[in-house]
This record gives sequence, C-alpha cells and structure tokens, in this order.
Amino acid sequence: MHSVGQQHAFSNRAIVISCACALLPISFFLALSFGTVSISFSDTLWSLLNSVIASEPASGTGLISRTDLIVQQIRLPRALLAAVVGALLGICGATTQGLFRNPLADPSLIGVTAGASAGAALTIFYAGSLTSLSGLPGLGLVSIGAFVGGSIAVILVYSLATNTQGTSVATMLLAGIAITALAGSLTNILEFFGDEQILRRISLWRMGGLDGASYQRVAIAAIFGSIILVILPRFSTALNALLLGESEARHLGLSVQSIKIKLVLLVAAGVGISVALAGTIAFIGLIIPHMIRLLIGPDHRYLLPISALGGAILLLLSDTIARTIVSPIELPVGLVTAILGAPFFISLLRRRHEFGMR
Amino acid sequence: MIRRLLDIDKVSIRVQGAKKSTAHSVLVNSVSCYVNAGEVLAIIGANGAGKSTLLNAIAGDIAFTGNITIDGVSDQAKLRARQVAVLPQLSLLNFPYRVSEVVGLARIPHDSGRQRDDEIVQEALTLMDISYLSERLYTELSGGEKQRVQLARVFAQIWQQADAPNGTRLLLLDEPTAALDLGHQKLLMGAIRELASHGVAVVMVLHDINLAARYADKALALLCSERLAFGTIEQVITRQNIKSLFDVDVHIAQHPEHNSPVVIGL
Repeated sequence: MHSVGQQHAFSNRAIVISCACALLPISFFLALSFGTVSISFSDTLWSLLNSVIASEPASGTGLISRTDLIVQQIRLPRALLAAVVGALLGICGATTQGLFRNPLADPSLIGVTAGASAGAALTIFYAGSLTSLSGLPGLGLVSIGAFVGGSIAVILVYSLATNTQGTSVATMLLAGIAITALAGSLTNILEFFGDEQILRRISLWRMGGLDGASYQRVAIAAIFGSIILVILPRFSTALNALLLGESEARHLGLSVQSIKIKLVLLVAAGVGISVALAGTIAFIGLIIPHMIRLLIGPDHRYLLPISALGGAILLLLSDTIARTIVSPIELPVGLVTAILGAPFFISLLRRRHEFGMR
Repeated sequence: MIRRLLDIDKVSIRVQGAKKSTAHSVLVNSVSCYVNAGEVLAIIGANGAGKSTLLNAIAGDIAFTGNITIDGVSDQAKLRARQVAVLPQLSLLNFPYRVSEVVGLARIPHDSGRQRDDEIVQEALTLMDISYLSERLYTELSGGEKQRVQLARVFAQIWQQADAPNGTRLLLLDEPTAALDLGHQKLLMGAIRELASHGVAVVMVLHDINLAARYADKALALLCSERLAFGTIEQVITRQNIKSLFDVDVHIAQHPEHNSPVVIGL
C-alpha cells in the first residue's frame, strides 16, 4: 500500500506543497474572522486591506471602527503569533525527530519544553526585581532564559538516550519524564519561594497561551523565529544523511559533531522562543512532521519547510477552535492541541513497528 | 606501477576509556598490513578477534596508536568522502526513504550535478540487481534487500575515478555478504572485482573463508586481537592457520576451475 503511494511521491509532494500553501492563508483568514464576535469574511478582508494600505486608521472621523479594532488590534497580532509559533514548533519537531533518528521525538515529550519553562521561570524569579519584564527587553530576557533551559534539556536527553546505535524510544521518553519532572519541580520551588508579585508573574506566564499576543510579541517572534526558520532548512541534507546513522553521515563527509551541536542549539532556541511567547503548546511538533512524512517521505529538504507550514496551519486552527468552541470562554490553546495530539501519539506508539521504530 | 594505497603500520586499538592496558582492553594489538590499488584484502578471524574494530579504525571512526596511511587521501572531509566509502556491519536506517533516495545519499559529497547523480544511482541499483526496488520503501525490504541497497549506496559514493581526488579510492566493507543469498554473493563479489580492476583498493571483513579464498588477492588473519598471518591467499589460508583461527580441522582442496584453495570442513 505504501509503495503504491510512494511511487507518486513527486506528484504527492507537489499536491501537499500546494495544499499547505493554500491552507495557510485560509486558516489565517478564518482565525481573523471567527471569534466571540463573528465578523463577516468581507468585513474581515476589508479591515485587513485597510490596515495594510492605510497607515491612518478609519479616515475622517478619527475613530477606529469596532471591526477594525477587533481585527487589527486583537486578532491580527494573535494570528501572526500563532502562525510563527506554530511554524517554529513544526520545524523544530521535524528537526528533533531527524536528529534523534526517531519519529517519536517531540520537544514537548522529551523535556525540552519543560526545560525551557524552567529556564524562563528562573529568569522571571531572578530578573523580576531588576526589570519590569513587561517591555521588549523583559520578553527578550525571558526568551533567553527559556533558550538556555531548553538547550540544557536537549543536551541531557540526547546524551542519555543516544549512542552509536541510535536513540532508543524507551530511554528517550524516560529521560524526558525525568527532565520534565526535574524542571517542573524547579519551577514549583521558584513559585513557592517567590513573593506574591513573582508568583503572579510566573503563574500568569505559565498559563501562557496566545491570548497575550501583542505586536511586541509578534515582533520578537518574527525576528528570532524567521532567523530559525531560514537557518534550519540549510541543514536538510545533513539531516538526511544523519538518518543513516552518525558514522555513516561522517563517512559522507559531514562534520557530524558540530552539526549536532548547531541543531540542538537551534531547536532549543526555537522551542525557547515559542515557550517564552506562548507558553507550553504540546504535540504540534509531533503530529505535523509525522503526517507530512507519511505523505511525502522523510526527505528533509521538503519535510522541514512543509512542517513549518503545517505547524502554522494547525496552531491557527487550534487557536480558532480554542477561542470559539465554548465562547465567550476561551480555552487554553495547549488544551486543544493536547486533545488532538494525545490520541494521535498513543496510536503512533501502538503502531510504531509499522513505521520501523524500535 | 604498483601503488600501495593503504598502509597499516603497527596499529593498536584499546577499549575507549580503559585506563590500564589489560589483556581485555586491547582490541587490536600491533597489526600491520597493506593493500595496493586494485587489490582486494579479506580480513578473516573468529568472532571478537578485532576485525570490525580494525576496519572502523581505517574508516577513521575510532582512536588508535600506530599509523594508518591512505595514499593521496584528502584531509578535507568532503573530498575524503569521495575517496573512502564504508559499509557498516549493521544499518540503523529506520525512516521510510525510497530505495533510490537511500542510494542517492551517497552523492552528498559530490558536485556532479543532479542528472549525473541520478544516472549513477540507477547504475548502482542495476549493479546490485535492485533496480526493480527503486521506488519501494527501504523499511519494507527484507534483510538481504536492505544489504544490497546499502551496498549500492557505498558503490555510488566512489563510482567514478574522476570524482576522487588523486584517483584514490578505498572501499571498506564489513561483512558485506552476511545477509545475501548465494547468487547475490557471487554478484557482489563480481562487482567488487570489477571496481578493483579500476584501481579501487577494497578491504572487507568476511566470515566465509571460501569466498575470501576465491575473490580476494590477499588475506589478513586476526587471532585474539593479533595478526596471525598476512599475505597471499595461499600463504594465509592453510590447514594450520584455520585450525588456529577457528579450532576446526579442515581439508584444503583446489578449486576445480580456479587456482584458489577451497576449505572443506572435516
């Protein structure tokens, strides 16, 4: 069955790429249009065009219309943030799976997300007294903290679970549990010892989600996110060779050690930024690369960019569902992705032998 | 003109991280041998004698003392990859690549262009009799089919003399026949001889003494990490050496059609 599908891999690839490219603007548009207040498609489009063309909002009256306010000031930054964070999670998931040579490796499952959270909490705890942590510098500082925490977690899991024989699923997941527990308890200790101000900040931030979206966050996401989204695909060929095994990749002329370090740092940076800006959003890095791989195969030259597109689409749609399903109450988007992702992960675990996993 | 392509001089390899050198920490003890361009060297010996370890050292994967010299080898990783190809004993690939994609990975160190790379991939697939598997998923193949894909990959890596700087081409194979049936063993050995006739030096670890005797020019016999014998097939594959290596009594006969010795278990 697979082989029949694979025979048309090239046409498959073209179809999947065009679908992803078409779905991204559609889901973006849906995210702008749906919400507690439903705005018609034409009004959304009009408002969006307005914001692009006219720098001055609402000509003449000097008042911003309600539609413009909702679309331009509330939903647009949120949708942009969702797209960038989703893209980062998708591409980082695909990279992690290639690096670990294991299709079950997802940053949120192997402790990287928890490590990043702990790093961010640590930053809030110690730097909270120094800065107000509200502006750009504060967010930047928390992002760096999340990046450092995430890096430590990836390096720990990688060195625990990987040997020349590859990565064993069991060790990787166990190491992930250990690191998640360790990082979680560190965050709890900080909350315990922090004063009320810090406790409030940490817990607000831990709840995360995309509801804190602002153009400030979008700016940070766009700057650092696009750097990672541009650099990671340059490692496609290296990741392709790494799937053969580390020594095989070395025999193909790659400096495996330095590539591994760079990839680990890039993934930690990507996950760190997404955690700092939007809190813990699980499973996107698992679901998307896996689905894309089933459709077009494991060639990272296509897998990485399409996973980024897919991640953006899934997070945009999940966030739209989170905002609308029990409206006016808003669900955390992490809840929606977890509800989608957990059954998917379980079915993958049950069928892992079909995918050649150990 | 004979060109000594690989020269191994008193190479010793210890267990990594072993502090004291005890009898068990030495994997390869002061082994010397050489291979000329166009020759096939078979490394034989019992399990755990250090055959694969020595091959890994030649491949540059593990630390050793002594000297391993590959004539004309580049110190740039990418260029070296056009000269030296390695088939590991075990393939770890568990992602659903198509067969042609796996073989295509061999062309990563080359700049010969997509079209030429595709041609080479197809030729390598044909050589290993797997062109009919070209679009199948690697993960769905049988052990022997996977082995042939990996072999096609290492062949495609050093396919053309022109791609290799200084014309240096070295092929390192760890138990290449392990999963192959009789017909494909013969096919593989033919392919190896063909490469050798174009100046490639081949080093392979083999368990089948008769395949080594029939297709290799030289043999290196390792016994408990040390060199028992090195030289031509006739010098190495003797009744006494086989007895020392494997503790079995054998009769050495002459191949009915070729000049090579044939080992018959008694």
